[in-house]
Amino acid sequence: MEWLNNIIPNVMADTDRLFDSVIATLQMTAWSGAVMFVIGMLLGIVLTVTKDGGILQQRAVHQILDKIINICRSVPFVIFIAILLPVTKAIMGTKIGVRGVIVPLVVASVPFFARQVETALANVNGGLIEAAQAMGKSPLEIIFTVYLRESIPAIARGTTITLINLIGLTAMAGYVGAGGLGDYAITWGYNYGRYDIIWVSVLFVILIVSVIQFIGNIIARKNTH
Amino acid sequence: MIELKNISKTYSSSGNSVEAVKDVTLTINDSDIFGIIGFSGAGKSTLVRCINLLERPTSGQVLIDGKDITKFSAKELRAARKKIGMIFQHFNLMPSRTVLDNVIYALKGSGISKSEMREKALRLLEHVEIADKAEMYPNALSGGQKQRVAIARALANDPKILLCDEATSALDPQTTKQILALLKSLNETLGITIVLITHEMAAVKEICNRTAVMDKGNVIELNDTFSVFADPQKALTKDFIATTSNLKKIHELLSENPDAVPLDKDDIVVKLTYTERSVSEPLISAVTQKFGVLLNIVFADVDIVQGAPIGGTVAVISGDRGNITEAVKYLIEKNVAVEVIKNGMA
Repeated sequence: MEWLNNIIPNVMADTDRLFDSVIATLQMTAWSGAVMFVIGMLLGIVLTVTKDGGILQQRAVHQILDKIINICRSVPFVIFIAILLPVTKAIMGTKIGVRGVIVPLVVASVPFFARQVETALANVNGGLIEAAQAMGKSPLEIIFTVYLRESIPAIARGTTITLINLIGLTAMAGYVGAGGLGDYAITWGYNYGRYDIIWVSVLFVILIVSVIQFIGNIIARKNTH
Repeated sequence: MIELKNISKTYSSSGNSVEAVKDVTLTINDSDIFGIIGFSGAGKSTLVRCINLLERPTSGQVLIDGKDITKFSAKELRAARKKIGMIFQHFNLMPSRTVLDNVIYALKGSGISKSEMREKALRLLEHVEIADKAEMYPNALSGGQKQRVAIARALANDPKILLCDEATSALDPQTTKQILALLKSLNETLGITIVLITHEMAAVKEICNRTAVMDKGNVIELNDTFSVFADPQKALTKDFIATTSNLKKIHELLSENPDAVPLDKDDIVVKLTYTERSVSEPLISAVTQKFGVLLNIVFADVDIVQGAPIGGTVAVISGDRGNITEAVKYLIEKNVAVEVIKNGMA
């Protein structure tokens, strides 16, 4: 313990703050990640099946969704935090803290993830869809048993990329007092010239990213035959 | 019975429209092995997809056992499709499922228990002689093995019809023969109606009892397979048949090396081809005895189509010109097509 006090004195002086920050980052990532996963998956599926030649072709739905996603992907995250404040307040009951940042995190990451899902599903061999249709499978069956089932590796990789991006976004959560490692590094480290705090924050982010990447790789590998 | 009535399919995109199938009417009887042959782009794949409505015809009716399935609701159509198996050029097995699970997948929703599904799937795999690979993933199999699995899967719901879309086109000749033999035995043992789309005349010759030839969206010729081979009506059909016969090589031989077949002035080189199923008469012996001419067989190429020999021989007939003419007349009377390829006087 003594040597830790020597090399990272400012971190060790207030370890509670470090752990609170780690927890806040994990909470923000987990909650917004879970919501993002469900909504993004849904939108990715809708994009895929409604496109021309899709199993539930709906040109208007596809084009409107396509445009909305493009627009959302163009808006910087900090702007989302600001313009979504009333929405956040309405949904979460508060505009600040971890709860206050989940709505903008979801809104900012869903379009990206929807595109990841769309790409993953587009790579499912069209012949498999045709075969399932010829077998008399319904569109819903085809979505779950062919599209999703056959693209598990690609979706796992897409989810990994999106979650890691999401962790990057959580660094900006300090704007609404949500805390987290990014906020910890800037507010308590950089602003006071306590560089050990910055390095330890980075180290923890590396750790979280590595774990996510590791799990993503395992899921992708286990489902590739 | 499958009845296609005035089927047309037009694809249109941004002002351009392509007529893939033009007003095709044909009937496929129960237990037929019906071949549809044509070059790529002839519309045969589109036509076969109209049978299970993977492609919805722009106009026309698709009657399966008298019912127009184009009028079916989505649910009725899905039920109908379960009774129409389909196999593909690239097999289209689900790579994330084992061989066994691929077959079980087709059985899901059929209302039988999990253990029954497993049992039935194994039985189907045994039927197509691939049960030893049940626990493997499709990517570990060869093309022929994959097609066997695909056939087992297509048979899962006891279909009455099996659609084969270029099912042997990605296979080597040896494997092609095995798969065709398997299809034929399924037709014989299960009485299943098979519709075979192909660009290989050899495949049609091997197993089909009736054959349609397609060109530019039209069916240009339709007959029992023997007649298509014995007496082709259209130039395209003749081209296709030439790809499976060696007899045309006589022309190459004669043009490259005229001395290969030396002729006296009365002699002629003829191509004799069967146009009937009967070869009971010893025609060559009969001709030599009756007309006192000699027949020297240069080469022969005979194949069996629908249980009857097809093809013929190239021979030099020598002797007195008058007798030769009589002999040729006699052969024609006996329904042998005689084509004089070279004349000694010329």
